Amino acid sequence: MVAGLRSADPEVKRAGQDTLVSAYWKPVYKYLRMKWSATAVDAQDLTQEFFMRALEKGFFESYEPAKGRFRTFLRTCLDGFMSNQRKGERRLKRGGGVLPVALDFDDAERELDRHAVVDDTNAEAYFHREWIRSVLGQTVDSLREDYARQGKALQFRIFERYDLKESEAGSATTYAQVAGEFGVSASDVTNYLAAARRSFRRALIERFRTVCESEADVEREIRDLLLGDVR
Amino acid sequence: MTWLSDGVVARLRNIADWPTPSDARYDVLEPLARGGMGTIYLAHDRVLDRSVVFKVLATPSIPSNEQALASRLELEARILARLNHPGIVPVYDLGSLDDGRPYYVMKRVEGPTLAEYAPTVRSLAERLRLFLRICEPVAFAHARGVIHRDLKPENIMVGPFGEVLVMDWGIAKLVPSQGNETTESDGADSGPISASRKTRHGTVLGTRGYMAPEQARGEVRIDARADIYALGAILSFLLDSVPPPESGPLSGVRPLQAIARKACRSEPVERYQDVALLMAEVGRFLAGDPVEAYQERPMERLGRFVRKHRIALLLVLAYLVMRILVALV
Repeated sequence: MVAGLRSADPEVKRAGQDTLVSAYWKPVYKYLRMKWSATAVDAQDLTQEFFMRALEKGFFESYEPAKGRFRTFLRTCLDGFMSNQRKGERRLKRGGGVLPVALDFDDAERELDRHAVVDDTNAEAYFHREWIRSVLGQTVDSLREDYARQGKALQFRIFERYDLKESEAGSATTYAQVAGEFGVSASDVTNYLAAARRSFRRALIERFRTVCESEADVEREIRDLLLGDVR
Repeated sequence: MTWLSDGVVARLRNIADWPTPSDARYDVLEPLARGGMGTIYLAHDRVLDRSVVFKVLATPSIPSNEQALASRLELEARILARLNHPGIVPVYDLGSLDDGRPYYVMKRVEGPTLAEYAPTVRSLAERLRLFLRICEPVAFAHARGVIHRDLKPENIMVGPFGEVLVMDWGIAKLVPSQGNETTESDGADSGPISASRKTRHGTVLGTRGYMAPEQARGEVRIDARADIYALGAILSFLLDSVPPPESGPLSGVRPLQAIARKACRSEPVERYQDVALLMAEVGRFLAGDPVEAYQERPMERLGRFVRKHRIALLLVLAYLVMRILVALV
């Protein structure tokens, strides 16, 4: 991704910017809302301005993997950006640039409304948690699109029903229940879920590959995902 | 973008870690437990149509330890495979996932752990019989040159018919014994079955409270007497667990406490030298005989004699009373 940002080829550069903004805008927006107590309107302007400035000035291109994770680097840039904003005590004036992807702030606001109470003692943990939520959500979206292209909408709906719908406390869903709801056999449910989970894992690794700088980074992110506290 | 609640995020994290066996025989269904070395899943064996337990190396492992951990998981499976005993959970299969991580498949065991089960056993005699059932598979393993090294109530399961299963042989070690041709190896390089370098160099593995002092110090040359220590600690647990056992015909637990203390001596040479000796001591207590670890006082000896022969003594007493009554008439 950062290699793409550094590319002299405008197409490659644009793709890198697209990937970066898609992967990080929502955690950035939520971070501004929750940690910097920005209003929704200010957070929208600040999110766009942050990415616009960072991309124009090539902030992200100076990232050095040896010094730490990219998301930590990005959050540090964001904190620096916000400190400058607050020091200047000036109303933000957006530049005339346009970000490479559309940002659905209403969607982000709806997510914030549904969030559990935020523990504001650890900014890094919060940003990480939202980054993981964003990556997993994008992976689910890409899997849905992939299944739709392959004509496997039913299989995806079964995956969605069993793995993406939160069970009520004390009432775990069984394969037999799902089979009854969708009019298929329990062994079909077993097979569909096994295949969807495999596909999800592959899609997740691919997503990490698009936003990480090396295979070692991919491994590190997966390790964080699996073992880190992202509740 | 799809909204994911914290619960769904947690579930997707599990799915990201979900094992994909190369062999399509197994459907991995649900995670049951996650440990330091591996994750345990409930799985379904399609061929034999039965539930099994699937243990796989936790991912992703820390690269420098990856090989050692993989070797250890394979070692655990191979050790279990050679321990064919009703008190040891059988291994059905050993294989590797698409990503190369090893896994093994074992029998699904359901039931409480000893830690959960013991407080429900009110009779001291029953607790001691339970203890002897725990000792049996450990003695069997020792006879085949395997020491467990992590015996504790949480690693012992009690089945629906009171059968005992000693679980979690993840840090078991091979030592020389009769009938065991493998040399003592913490042996990462010494043969098809080998332990990791981590223990070769004396890393502390085990659980405080049940771990023998020499094991806690990270000494390399530990032997079966480390398990004797853990068994002594388990005996203490069975004596002390809440609620305390009912006093009854087998009242007077001092000899048992002495047995537990002897099993838990700091110096291995001062402990029981094998499990059979420990079992024999407990068996003597159950039979109402004196135990070697405890020097009885005269009144205790008398009390034990009375308890052991109470029926015969009652018959003699009844006979004497009858004779007296006859004489008076």
